[in-house]
Amino acid sequence: MSIKLTVNGDTRELDIDADMPLLWAIRDHLQLTGTKFGCGMALCGACTVHIDGQATRSCVTPVTAAQGKQITTIEGLSTAAGRAVQAAWIGLDVPQCGYCQSGQVMSAAALLAANPKPSDADIDAAMAGNICRCATYVRIRGAIHQAAETLATGAPAAP
Amino acid sequence: MYFRHIEDAAALAVGRSPAELSRRQFLKLTTLAGSGLTLGMVLPGCGTGPGGAAAGPLVMPFVRIAPDNTVTVISKHLEAGQGVWTGLPAIVAEELDASWDQMRVESAPAQVPMYGNLAMGGKIQLTGGSTAVANSWQQLRQAGATARAMLVAAAAKAWAVPASEIKVSQGVVSHTGAGRKATFGELAGSAAKEPVPTQVSLKDPAAFSIVGNEKLPRLDARAKSTGKQQFAIDVMLPGMMTAVVMRPPRFGGKVSSFDATKARAVAGVIDVVQIPRGVAVIGKDMWSAKKGREALSVTWDESGAEKRGTTQLMKEYHALSRSKEAVTVTQRGDVEAALAHAVKRVEGEFEFPYLAHAPMEPLTAVCQLSADKCEIWAGCQFQTVDQANAAAAVGLKPEQVSINTLAAGGTFGRRANPESDYISEVASIAKATGGKYPVRLIWTREDDITGGRYRPLNYHRVTAAIGKDGKVAYRQRVVGQSIVAGTPFASMMIKNGVDPTAVGGSAPEQYDLADAHVSWSPPTVGVPVLWWRSVENTHMAFSKEVMIDELAHAARQDPVAFRLALLGEHPRHVGALKLAAEKAGWDSPFSKEKGRGRGVAVHESFGSVVAQVAEVTVSGDKITVDRVVCAVDCGIAVTPDVVKAQMQSGIGYGLSAALYGKITLTDGHVDQTNFHQYQVLRINDMPRAIEVYIVPSTNPPSGVGEPGTPPIAPAVANAVRAATGIRLHTLPFDLAAARRARA
Repeated sequence: MSIKLTVNGDTRELDIDADMPLLWAIRDHLQLTGTKFGCGMALCGACTVHIDGQATRSCVTPVTAAQGKQITTIEGLSTAAGRAVQAAWIGLDVPQCGYCQSGQVMSAAALLAANPKPSDADIDAAMAGNICRCATYVRIRGAIHQAAETLATGAPAAP
Repeated sequence: MYFRHIEDAAALAVGRSPAELSRRQFLKLTTLAGSGLTLGMVLPGCGTGPGGAAAGPLVMPFVRIAPDNTVTVISKHLEAGQGVWTGLPAIVAEELDASWDQMRVESAPAQVPMYGNLAMGGKIQLTGGSTAVANSWQQLRQAGATARAMLVAAAAKAWAVPASEIKVSQGVVSHTGAGRKATFGELAGSAAKEPVPTQVSLKDPAAFSIVGNEKLPRLDARAKSTGKQQFAIDVMLPGMMTAVVMRPPRFGGKVSSFDATKARAVAGVIDVVQIPRGVAVIGKDMWSAKKGREALSVTWDESGAEKRGTTQLMKEYHALSRSKEAVTVTQRGDVEAALAHAVKRVEGEFEFPYLAHAPMEPLTAVCQLSADKCEIWAGCQFQTVDQANAAAAVGLKPEQVSINTLAAGGTFGRRANPESDYISEVASIAKATGGKYPVRLIWTREDDITGGRYRPLNYHRVTAAIGKDGKVAYRQRVVGQSIVAGTPFASMMIKNGVDPTAVGGSAPEQYDLADAHVSWSPPTVGVPVLWWRSVENTHMAFSKEVMIDELAHAARQDPVAFRLALLGEHPRHVGALKLAAEKAGWDSPFSKEKGRGRGVAVHESFGSVVAQVAEVTVSGDKITVDRVVCAVDCGIAVTPDVVKAQMQSGIGYGLSAALYGKITLTDGHVDQTNFHQYQVLRINDMPRAIEVYIVPSTNPPSGVGEPGTPPIAPAVANAVRAATGIRLHTLPFDLAAARRARA
């Protein structure tokens, strides 16, 4: 059926199944491959995107539920929090294999947008849904704290 | 993965004259290159650049310098997170005197001997055994120094000055007297016309500024923080279809028949084909392929399938450990006499589950097949073997299979398997569909978790004792499947009946023990197994370090001092252990708070020694690891921050297995399917503080991708025993069960 999705500000009409998860519409039909498939059950967070600013697991979100909403993927992340997170990620050399990092960055950016100065417990609560098998968690935590500091002192430059 | 045992690799692996060996190897390669057989010196065919210099690139097997002044290192190794895309360029940049900003990296094609791993004789291209930097060290230093010499020769000719007076620094070639300078890019074209020098001098390590630089940023951090890094799952070819495979529900099952009527009726399903490993459903996108597979009906022939569960297997392993069916791995002195006369004696039984690697990128590969060519895109770890297996699947010669090695979303050993499972599958699908379209195969997470190739299930039985003279005697029986038996590597790697990937790293190898006996009983089980980050060390280090700790406890000695007394012949163990203990404040009294404990472990693997001190808090049955202090001796640390990252990563990966990792089978069916059942470490369980210290060394680099994993589980178990008195001998840790067992 015809589904209208607004991703990173662009509205596109797609002829896809109504039950298709947003993840596969984004990846296979919009060719935005920064958002990753990891589990298909909202267990790992690799597929995290923002829907109206909220971190959302696209692998279990039917496309019909995302219609009429603002969807942001890693390719379109441009908020102050998003830029600060990416700059910190690069500055602290967070990624290893990198596969989960789009989802980590999207979750971290949503966290900082809602809570500009998260505690370690806040970080645990917001980030525990994002698995990293390389266990880059120490640096993820450090980068979120660093991004919070950057946000508190001024607008970060684009990474 | 572990390949140190391959005979023709021995000289390099033990570090005998690596410089000379590598120089010979390098000359052989460059000679081959010159003969046009391989990617060698390519003389630019273009015209002249500004100032009369020849424009064009300098192309060598491992380095390409482009007119735009970029220096691209050709990586023969897979980047799977372990940092080779930073480490290998660092080695080249150092000898080349390049600026780090101009460095780039790309994957080498699948091609031996050019891109073979020198740690196994250069005959096979693979990334494994934590050998990437170690086997590339001399090779890439030579490559960098050779390219530098050619740039200098070109400048000397252009400026009519002696080469010896030319300086190279930060990517700029200059001659003070002549007042001339040029970038690498400006000189590349004319440098390409210079003869390849047969001898180049390498830098004095004291002059290194890139190698060993703590602040060197990863070359892939930006792409991986912005979603731009391309993985196999991101490859989009025109007309490409997506496949998923239905595989036998039990290992060893085969397709008997299948009915694709309903699957073909699913919108978007293009084709359903049988392949050797199952039935593939091909759709126009992932969603249709997946729905098609759900509608597929397959009847399986399970006559040859493994139908035992892990409870039964473990029972059989216990019995096997008491049987005489075993091969001797290590024999020292007279262990029976020493045990009989001991004053302190400790017994231990250890159980280790099957473990899935579960890399974040589920196995994925893309294949495009034509009459005389098969092209693969994947995060390949075992290019030479993958090439051969893909060729066999499609009926071409290995050299007709080209492989585009992309960054892998993790592997931990999973992508290097002798049957190239997912690569063979995608090639088989391309063959079965006649190459009508490029095809992308995606394993779902369920396919990955239930798909086998696990770290082997293991049972260890150990008796250790201290004699009147204070000497330690150690007897161990290991029961666990061989990883290499039945593969093409068996004849190379199994020596005297012993598979070193099943039983390496035992106590008599790592401590000064006069009386020891280690034996191994390999059961035959139909569950496919594989090397899992640090391979045999995952279980061998655990029983060793827990038993040594319990012996120290029995002898009322400090665990660090007790170990040091047994390490007279292992100075690198001593160095790492002392550094970790010092940085952890081991000599200061630890917290007396209830439930808090501190434990230590030290282990050598892949040529590196790692010691870790873990501090834990036990609250009820929950174990929290608060702090880990880690010391690593990995020879020269080429990229220290990557070394630190790998220690953090190895600790997290090992802790994941210690706290959660477990694959079980019931009647041959895998019980876990996804991350809700196969639980892995998340950020809330990661120690808040991990401190990594590198032991200063002038030895050539050794492994870092795997050696951080083995010590963490025993260090935590020892800390929990110190805190609670509970011995944890079964993984993953289950404090409640251990309390019940003691009661």
